[in-house]
Amino acid sequence: MKYVAEFRDRDSSLRLAEQIHATVTRPWRIMEICGGQTHSILRSGIPQLLPPSLELIHGPGCPVCVTPEQRIDEAIAVAHQPDRVLCSFGDMLRVPGTSQSLLEARALGAHVQMVTSPLDAVELAKQHPDKQFVFFAVGFETTAPATAVALKHARAAALPNFQVLIAHVRVPPALEVLLGDPDCAVNGLLAAGHVCSVMGTSEYEPLAERFGLPIAVTGFEPVDILQGVLACVKMLEQGQHRVENHYARVVREQGNPVARALVDEVFEVTDLPWRGFGTIPCGGLRLGPAYAQFEAKPTLPALVRAQPSRLVCQSALVLAGRIRPPQCPAFGKQCTPSTPLGAPMVSSEGACAAYFRHAPMTQMAEP
Amino acid sequence: MNQRAPTGPYCPRPGPSAVVQLRHGAGGVEAQSLIEGLFRSAFDAAAQKLDADASEINPDSALLVDGLRHDSALLELGTNRVAFTTDGYVVTPLFFDGGSIGKLAVCGTCNDLAMLGAEPKWLSAAFVLEEGLALETLARVIAELTQSAVAAKVRIVAGDTKVVERGKGDGVYITTTGLGLMRAPSIWSPKAIQEGDAIVVSGDLGRHGSAVLCAREGLGAKGLPPSDCANLWPAVASLIDARAEIHCLRDLTRGGLGAALLELSQAAGVLMEIDETALPVCAQVRDFCELLGLDPIYVACEGRFVAVVAPSSVDETLAALSDCSIGEPKLVGRVRNRQARGAVHSRSAYGTLRPIDVGGAEQLPRIC
Repeated sequence: MKYVAEFRDRDSSLRLAEQIHATVTRPWRIMEICGGQTHSILRSGIPQLLPPSLELIHGPGCPVCVTPEQRIDEAIAVAHQPDRVLCSFGDMLRVPGTSQSLLEARALGAHVQMVTSPLDAVELAKQHPDKQFVFFAVGFETTAPATAVALKHARAAALPNFQVLIAHVRVPPALEVLLGDPDCAVNGLLAAGHVCSVMGTSEYEPLAERFGLPIAVTGFEPVDILQGVLACVKMLEQGQHRVENHYARVVREQGNPVARALVDEVFEVTDLPWRGFGTIPCGGLRLGPAYAQFEAKPTLPALVRAQPSRLVCQSALVLAGRIRPPQCPAFGKQCTPSTPLGAPMVSSEGACAAYFRHAPMTQMAEP
Repeated sequence: MNQRAPTGPYCPRPGPSAVVQLRHGAGGVEAQSLIEGLFRSAFDAAAQKLDADASEINPDSALLVDGLRHDSALLELGTNRVAFTTDGYVVTPLFFDGGSIGKLAVCGTCNDLAMLGAEPKWLSAAFVLEEGLALETLARVIAELTQSAVAAKVRIVAGDTKVVERGKGDGVYITTTGLGLMRAPSIWSPKAIQEGDAIVVSGDLGRHGSAVLCAREGLGAKGLPPSDCANLWPAVASLIDARAEIHCLRDLTRGGLGAALLELSQAAGVLMEIDETALPVCAQVRDFCELLGLDPIYVACEGRFVAVVAPSSVDETLAALSDCSIGEPKLVGRVRNRQARGAVHSRSAYGTLRPIDVGGAEQLPRIC
């Protein structure tokens, strides 16, 4: 597959790893923001190629993992209503809400349809006018434009039976919260390439400046990730901090102006609770006035709240990059992909699940 | 209630899942725990009751090997060694590119027998039909089933039909039970797997799962190859004819190669290492999986198997399989050493290792 194979190339990867070894003189901690990067890092075993003093910390960039449990409860409530179908991306289905996940709800009779694009949900609404289709719009700046396109289509077609339940989140405000934490030990960042392909790189300049932190805009294949890491450690070793774009085949400085205009037209910025973080100022999107009529307004039934295992599951600290998954006392014991306690163990992009699945035995939790 | 406030931010745990979910049938750890926790314990207890009452043991028939860890049982009936198995078939849609529920119901059961080295001979077929199913559709299912049986040279000698109310079935469910005559020169089972054994797959991975997912979810992917759904007995027969020293065979179904190897490694108590760069996956399936964020190693097949063979038999295994045109066979790994719990490691192009884990058996497309 072009644009994939060459960035998984063995020789290029090993050459970059050598350069990183030659550059690093001190311990550094670099956080990759995006769950897609975490997945790729652990799947390809990149930590095994890096110097032991260089640590990769997995950031909060798994959109389904940071979707607040109450929003999932609302999605389940929608799916339980007669003649309403909740359309969702696949990996959202396993993430637990307060007491159950969409998959569990489906087993109990809720109407849940997996889709791979919001436009699929619009198409379903056109084909089945007797039912109401609600698209569960989750994701970062990357997927927000697709939701915006779907809404524009729905408005143009005057579709009365298409709605959205919005849980779109924004990366830079979350980074501000994360980096502003006095316990934060992150020295450099790999910014998520796909988010930057939409939003550009300018949002990251003030973060690099304010926190004195090198930021490398990075892609998702092993060669991309190793390039981003090399760029970060070079800046760190030279005491520099700036934003460098190492995903230039996709990311432009101004991002994608068409997509940004779409997002601006359909959404407005709002404070939003992130799972594990609490409310993040300006951390999410909601529908703007022109599209407010498309908002699904689920009424939550009185839910029996499951007693959360608050003292065991430390996924909030994992999401914030403050501990690595194996440092959680529940990891690999009570908490596995089939018996998840926290959201990062549920999604295949979640740091805990990625660790459980891909980390070599030696890096797993000590018994 | 003694309710302590959380000391920091927390992420609440989901409630216990007390009902059967789709993932219980996905061939992963959930399926395993269902089988071990509910079925095996009950079946074992029943067997022990019969054993305790010696008069119940019929001297003319006996379970030849207990704890074989295969999908089939091996029985001794008089002087004949017979493999015995049963399998239920539920698939949506009923017809897909390269196969149908009728073809699956014959091939799947024949394959379970073949994995023990038994030649499939007789089948029973039980149908659960949903009220409202078009008779024309049923006729097509039966036609596919009988055509496959003729092609596989198996006779359908018993059957049953039940009808359930509309909305309580998926059109057609089929259960087939198979009997086969043992042809293998030795008992192939996970227990026969030895250190140093070679791991060979009979053909490329992921075709069936991709074809069915594409059809079921209406993904409209162009150029995907059809399902690999096939009767594997001819390939197994050619391995027997070639006198390859086989230790264990396992067909790749739900959960793909990953689930099959993990099951074998756990049953055998060995560490297996596979070479990720050697795994055969055709370009179209690889791209389809790439786009959906699926790992081909966990995607279902219905016409492929993995053979664990003596290292000295690799060449004849590859040669015999190449001749029966079920796919391009490939040496993909080795059995490294004994390890009580069993595990499978995959070595990447970069020389790094990752464990294979069936937690990922239920494949859900990722968001980005």
